[in-house]
Amino acid sequence: MSDALIEIRGLHARAGEAEILRGVDLVIRPGEVHAIMGPNGSGKSTLAGVLAGRPAFEVTAGEVRFDGKNLLELAPEERARAGLFLAFQYPVEIPGVGNNYFLKAALNAIRSHRGQEPLDAMEFLGLVREKAKLVEMPDDLMGRSVNEGFSGGEKKRNEVLQMLLLEPRFAVLDETDSGLDIDALRIVAGGVNALRGPDRAMLVITHYQRLLDYIVPDFVHVLSEGRIVHSGGKELAHELEAKGYGWLAKEPPAGGARA
Amino acid sequence: MSDLLAARDRLVGLARLAAATRGAEAPELGALRADALASFADGGLPTTSHEEWRYTSLAGFSRLAFELAPAEAPPSRNQVEAIAAPFFACSAYVFVDGRFTPELSSPSTLADGVRVDRLGAAVPPDFGSLVNVKQHPFAALNTALFEDVAVVSVPADAVAEQPIHLVFVSTGAGPPRASFPRVLIEAGRGSRALVIQDHVSLGAGPRLTAAVSEARVAENASLELVLLQRESDETFHFGSQQVRLARDARFASRTLTLGGALVRNDLAALLAAPGAECHLDGLFLGSGERLVDNHTLVDHAEPHCTSRELYKGILADRSRGVFRGRIVVRPDAQKTDAQQSNANVLLGSGAEIDTKPQLEIWADDVRCSHGASIGRLDEDALFYLRSRGIGEAAARDLLTRGFAAEVLERIGSEPLAEALGDLLLERLTGEKP
Repeated sequence: MSDALIEIRGLHARAGEAEILRGVDLVIRPGEVHAIMGPNGSGKSTLAGVLAGRPAFEVTAGEVRFDGKNLLELAPEERARAGLFLAFQYPVEIPGVGNNYFLKAALNAIRSHRGQEPLDAMEFLGLVREKAKLVEMPDDLMGRSVNEGFSGGEKKRNEVLQMLLLEPRFAVLDETDSGLDIDALRIVAGGVNALRGPDRAMLVITHYQRLLDYIVPDFVHVLSEGRIVHSGGKELAHELEAKGYGWLAKEPPAGGARA
Repeated sequence: MSDLLAARDRLVGLARLAAATRGAEAPELGALRADALASFADGGLPTTSHEEWRYTSLAGFSRLAFELAPAEAPPSRNQVEAIAAPFFACSAYVFVDGRFTPELSSPSTLADGVRVDRLGAAVPPDFGSLVNVKQHPFAALNTALFEDVAVVSVPADAVAEQPIHLVFVSTGAGPPRASFPRVLIEAGRGSRALVIQDHVSLGAGPRLTAAVSEARVAENASLELVLLQRESDETFHFGSQQVRLARDARFASRTLTLGGALVRNDLAALLAAPGAECHLDGLFLGSGERLVDNHTLVDHAEPHCTSRELYKGILADRSRGVFRGRIVVRPDAQKTDAQQSNANVLLGSGAEIDTKPQLEIWADDVRCSHGASIGRLDEDALFYLRSRGIGEAAARDLLTRGFAAEVLERIGSEPLAEALGDLLLERLTGEKP
């Protein structure tokens, strides 16, 4: 498993008193796209939050290695600089902080970590325009405050835009498809696919099989009650769409994460 | 209490000394000063049992024996430029310890007939008429003691293209010193101007700054007054700004308080004719154990006037803030449209804010609203920024600046707003952003 980009072993986590993750095992290698599906309350967003370092969650057992490093002891900003990216299910509105200013601060923080020179205003604008085109992000949104007054679809496109700018090695997309109409979904998926490559991996969390028609995964996992209970190839998503999650509860937990 | 009495007596003594050594003045000025000094001596310094001073104790202030700044060689241009930077590419007029210093200042006459000068022998008949010396002890003290008056006159229909920068420098290094800056602004009918009243200090040591500004905004004129308080953390600043708006006049006040051990501002706008519109915005920063107290009054005396007020407080460490916003709608002031809002973010666990709106509405056909909030930086927003690689300290600064942006954005000059945002962060973090 030394070639794994991310390796999750026996991960337990809770929010307040409630234990939500109860032993998640998952290994993802460079170039792979994994999808996690599962009913509401199964722990999908908690897993995403734990990986990104959301302070509201407490890891009680298990480990996560990212590129060989212990991910869990890194601060959220250190995880981002190391190449992890979370596309939020509910992107946060930040009044008074300009979207362009924010993107530039983030990009230059990450560039500085990589030993690259910060981009000046002109270079940054050129790059952001090029990426914004990929997700059809209107210019006027770039000058506004971060996510403030954006529609649901615009917020999700802004997430994908950030991902394209920061070029993470491992991206977690937390229900990036929820609330999107089919055109917006196609745009968002196009942005995600533009970033796919042999050195990068993705974890796509979704409630709907529909997204996986556009971002075709290599593996599909079912999360239920805080554990991965079933894993399969991309056809599993269609099976779940047709049969629901009920039939899986009757099977023993899958144990290993790899199909 | 005995400290307050002793402090009053010392300050009255200063005023008598100043009167005895001052050259000849216009007789009407002498009468004004005598009346103000009598008011101050009668009323004395307020205790915290005075409703208007409930949260602001003068105990620490009253233990200091202030002296008048002697007339000495003014600081160099470089010194003034360094502390009053950035000079936002505008005309600057420098007053050192309340004395006009022409050699550090721009020419008195600007384009379009706009003039900035000290008050000469001819005292305007209504000089001081907006200042209630019975209600405001430090305005009374200022009236008794001011040396030069910065007079900004904008003729009818003139447009001051560049901001007019009034720089009040307090100097010294040793015993406590007092200065009494005074401003008079006459915005003529249909004119437009932006004035920055900037208070800075040079050198160390306790200071008293008791400042008074009086502005009259004539029919259909537009005046923006930026009050920038960035003195040393040993400064006690008492500022009074009194503004009268004529028909269809527009006035915007932006008060930015970044420095001072204790800052107390009393700002009053009188909407004296129909169609007048005023915007009172403030941004105050507390750190260490500093106290910033903002008292505002919007007086809707006539119908069809509009007022908007937004004050935001950022309180770090163990600092304290006070906001008291009074809106009076008089019986004739029908169709008044007044809004007030005060939002505060507490950065320090020992920081405090006392906020109190006070609406007195005597007319029935009006729209008035107010709101106040107190909170901390949004944890979700903080996580969001950090998850993009921005370090925690930088993320906090970004959110704090974002909180301030709502006020800064309203300033009528974008470079000025930018520079003020940088100053704010510099004061907050101790580093240049």
